Amino acid sequence: MKRLLRIKALMIKEIHAIWRDPKSRIILIAPLTVQLFLFSFAATLEVKNVALGVYSLDRGKQGYELIQRFAGSETFSRTIFFNNPAEAKKALNEQKIIAVISIPQDFSRDIESGKQGKIQILLDGRKSNASQIVMGYITTVVNTYSEEITSKAGGTVLPAIVSGRNFYNENLIYMWFNVPSLMGILTMVGTLILTSLSVAREREHGTFDQLLVSPLMPWEILVGKTVPPMAVGMTQGSVILFFSYFVFGIPFRGSLVMLYAALFMFALSVTGIGLFISSLAKTQQQAILGAFVFMVPAIALSGFAAPFENMPQWLQGCMQVNPVKHFMIILKGIYLKDMSPANILSNTTPLVVIAAVNLILAGALFRRRLE
Amino acid sequence: MLTPLAEVTNLTKRFSPDSPPALDNISLKISSGQITGLVGPDGAGKTTLMRHLVGLLHSDSGAVSVLGMDTVSSAPAIREHVGYMPQKFGLYEDLTVQENLNLYADLCGLTKEKRIGSFRRLLEFTSLSEFTSRLAGRLSGGMKQKLGLACALLGEPRLLLLDEPSVGVDPISRRELWKMVQELLDGGMGVVWSTSYLDEAEKCDRVILLNEGKTLFEGKPAELLTEMRNRVFVLYGADAGDKRSVLTDLLNKDEVSDGIIQGSGIRIALRKGAHMPDMADCLRAEPVSPCFEDGFIDRLGGGPGGHSPLADIINEKPDSDGSVIEAKGLTKQFGDFTAVKDNSFSIKRGEIFGLLGPNGAGKSTTFKMMCGLLQPTSGSAEIMGLDLKTAGSEARSKIGYMAQKFSLYGNLSVRQNLSFFAGVYCLNKAEAGRAADEMTNVFDLGSYIDTNADTLPLGFKQRLALACSVMHSPDVLFLDEPTSGVDPVTRREFWNHINSMVKKGVTVMVTTHFMDEAEYCDRIGLIYRGENIASGTPDQLKASAVTESLTSPSLEDAFIELINRSEAGRTQ
Repeated sequence: MKRLLRIKALMIKEIHAIWRDPKSRIILIAPLTVQLFLFSFAATLEVKNVALGVYSLDRGKQGYELIQRFAGSETFSRTIFFNNPAEAKKALNEQKIIAVISIPQDFSRDIESGKQGKIQILLDGRKSNASQIVMGYITTVVNTYSEEITSKAGGTVLPAIVSGRNFYNENLIYMWFNVPSLMGILTMVGTLILTSLSVAREREHGTFDQLLVSPLMPWEILVGKTVPPMAVGMTQGSVILFFSYFVFGIPFRGSLVMLYAALFMFALSVTGIGLFISSLAKTQQQAILGAFVFMVPAIALSGFAAPFENMPQWLQGCMQVNPVKHFMIILKGIYLKDMSPANILSNTTPLVVIAAVNLILAGALFRRRLE
Repeated sequence: MLTPLAEVTNLTKRFSPDSPPALDNISLKISSGQITGLVGPDGAGKTTLMRHLVGLLHSDSGAVSVLGMDTVSSAPAIREHVGYMPQKFGLYEDLTVQENLNLYADLCGLTKEKRIGSFRRLLEFTSLSEFTSRLAGRLSGGMKQKLGLACALLGEPRLLLLDEPSVGVDPISRRELWKMVQELLDGGMGVVWSTSYLDEAEKCDRVILLNEGKTLFEGKPAELLTEMRNRVFVLYGADAGDKRSVLTDLLNKDEVSDGIIQGSGIRIALRKGAHMPDMADCLRAEPVSPCFEDGFIDRLGGGPGGHSPLADIINEKPDSDGSVIEAKGLTKQFGDFTAVKDNSFSIKRGEIFGLLGPNGAGKSTTFKMMCGLLQPTSGSAEIMGLDLKTAGSEARSKIGYMAQKFSLYGNLSVRQNLSFFAGVYCLNKAEAGRAADEMTNVFDLGSYIDTNADTLPLGFKQRLALACSVMHSPDVLFLDEPTSGVDPVTRREFWNHINSMVKKGVTVMVTTHFMDEAEYCDRIGLIYRGENIASGTPDQLKASAVTESLTSPSLEDAFIELINRSEAGRTQ
């Protein structure tokens, strides 16, 4: 009973300390809202709003027809015509356009005489990913056009065609991938910064000694310092969930209860890591540096920036200790495909282990300070 | 004839329009070949004034000139002739002594040829020659200040500004620092020495006494003391257990303007023109020479009264014949280094026990082991029979702890701080509410109840810190330099509260290198090189330090003498 009273007092104090400090209030609100909207709308891997260059020497019907198809596509916001190859090259070099379609003089003539027409595509390899996607678009447009000509001319249609269909994210809307991931990332950023600062700040201000001479036991301090940031993290997660469903219209196909159970474990594991960093750091500066040293690779290698499967095997092994990686799988699973409880459980178990190890280490370090 | 190096006329500075001025119409002259003391408690405006002298701050009104140049328009020119050592001197702790010197020589633009001579001279002067390859962060407090001084002297300044050079420096190093600075005066240098230790004021040639941005006194220290002549007495004969009650009675009398405990005696100052009040026959008054603090208090209109409302709410602690705090063979080792060696002492109910010692001697380590912040390597620390190691939580619940820098939660309001400390000490809701109300009344915190602890005036921070540490009515109170830097009136108020608690049987352990605080103690343990080299009442310590040349040593003299003796015994 007395224990509960003490822990409760500590928790209330933590919440006051978080909320009454204008700086930590900003840490909680500003990155969350700014990044949520920024990443959702601006950061996309889809290729949109790019300009296409055209250098055509063909004055015939076929060349004109093909160019119109590109100009009419939603992918390319503008089509810029060039009169000589040097101009086109310069525009590509200055990144005004992403690709140049170059149509030779005899393009229409070749097609109409039943021969194969040839076009050349020049791409900006600096934007490797976007170029690949653009090349894909262009190929599709050209293939469709070829098919039409063949069938119009009474020729045989190709013996087999591939028709792709995407599961879970039927139209490959990037936001559907992005926003659920943000729930993990933004929750982690807020929670980790709060917790990593919490002990370090007290140590810097000398209030940690005050806690240690109070009747609070080290594990009670640990509990008191774990719960408030977790509550904050889960609130942040809920805010993102709300926006993703009601504002961004991301489908939510899985179980809400499961999501919260996993979010709880994720917040606990991040808090554990934060407290561990905090108990190592002597100053707030060290703590914040430590938090970033962990945070940047944790996000970059979580499968958010690049597919997890593309990483070398040894790195995939190392990333088992990265809570973001596991939570990312759960998030996308629950949002987009109603992941099975067994699957969720197997991805949550590593979170439990990460949380337990870090909290035990942090607790031991609190105690070590007493020796 | 002394030439003025710097002149301040009618300087006023406000940091925000609606706050009281940080400096209010200050005028002073700084002469060469003299030490000008800038004396006052924390928050008096000492640093602000110094920063005006080097042109780091611009005044709202009034003028500051150094060497005949205006500090606003000719700041760069002035800085070539001024050495400034800020409060936390900008030493790079990860650089060695020599690297720090090199860096500052570069900053001063000292030529290579000149450098070698200057370094040798300054290292000799500061006796740091042996330590040139040591990291600055590893130096003791006193040595850091000496290095800071050396760096400030590199540019061969004509005016040297030292901002609280004696903070965190033990009495021995403090004396050395003073001697060094006095040697500088012969070369015609002018020195400004700011300090919150009022006893240092008497060593200055001229003094400007500041309080809350206002000048209380400017002139030779002796002039202030003259006003106090024949008004200061020490009363002897009060029973050891009784002296605190006698002091309270005395402070409540109209004739007495100020009083403190000094060892077994009670030092009082009478109001101007007042006669000695009636008192018990057993007391005999001996006139003593006044000190600077007497003058300061007098200028402020006397010290606080003797009554502490805290006494009314603290419950009487149970009688016990045994010891309340006991250290048994306390030893602490950090690797090969023995910080505390086989230290044993016991403190009885209602006793104030002080730990004294130079920096790094092991007094803080001992103190930390006694309140459970460090685990002893061997030996035990017990509070009311409970071992801090095995019954930590229960033992700690009987402790109140007040750290040096008032460890309060700065962005929590006064009320939230109180309720937090009530909570961690397990007061239930009703008790917590009552205790918070009582503390608010006793310490007069009502008007600040929703103010953030950070923005409280210094005196109120001190009160809140004490309130937080006593609201669970602890049996034992641990104080870590509780009144360093606070003004003497607040300090008296503080010790009135402590005295009233001690009368109710609360046991107090205090660590300090502030001799005034040490005088309040019933017994003192002097720690040097990890060992308890002397213990006893302040008077016993003083008596044991009597030598032919020093017939009535002060506590500081005794401190230094006893340490020197221990050092001599070690080398033999």
